[in-house]
Amino acid sequence: MKVLFFAQTRELVGVDELIIDAQDVTAQQLRDALAERGDKWQLALRDSALLVAVNQCLVPWNTPLSANDEVAFFPPVTGG
Amino acid sequence: MSDRILVQQEDFDVATEYARLSDNLETGAIVSFIGKVRNFNQNSDVTGLHLEHYPAMTQLSLEKLVAEAHERWPIQGCTLIHRVGDLTINDQIVLILVASAHRKAAFAACEFLIDELKTSAPFWKKERLSDGSLRWVTPS
Repeated sequence: MKVLFFAQTRELVGVDELIIDAQDVTAQQLRDALAERGDKWQLALRDSALLVAVNQCLVPWNTPLSANDEVAFFPPVTGG
Repeated sequence: MSDRILVQQEDFDVATEYARLSDNLETGAIVSFIGKVRNFNQNSDVTGLHLEHYPAMTQLSLEKLVAEAHERWPIQGCTLIHRVGDLTINDQIVLILVASAHRKAAFAACEFLIDELKTSAPFWKKERLSDGSLRWVTPS
């Protein structure tokens, strides 16, 4: 699956896009796994305000993911 | 009347957009909201903004909001334009126009659109300070 990061989250982890081979995981489980990659990842992904979108729609953390999904992690939005 | 939903770097012209949306003899009310880049924290060091977005999701989320507004109120059409990229103090950043036969629906739908946009559309603001550095804006 394709994993994208935006705004502060992107700056902290230092990448804007990853391709990940993960199966039978929820968005929360992917988040937990990515947080293990290092201190900056921990800091970015443990943020309690973090949001997740799957295939361009905001979803709850218990959403199951499929191999071809586009998953995006980002902080609360500040447009308008 | 069709809806008009745009995400763009360029500025928009309110009069042009108003004329386009008001070209309907059944329209009795057009409510507008224009968001501007203000001096964020009443801090004169802030000289502008950089606006990041998630392109694949932005258009989709704005279209979803407009569709929901149509479901909830008897409105005739909406124009929603959001700018991205580099903006300076006093620039226009977002335009929402809602046309309806009556004012009540137009006001309600316009307020819904701006409130929802601020919590669900993937835009992030970064303040530009006079020393050239950038600082993320956090939601209030």
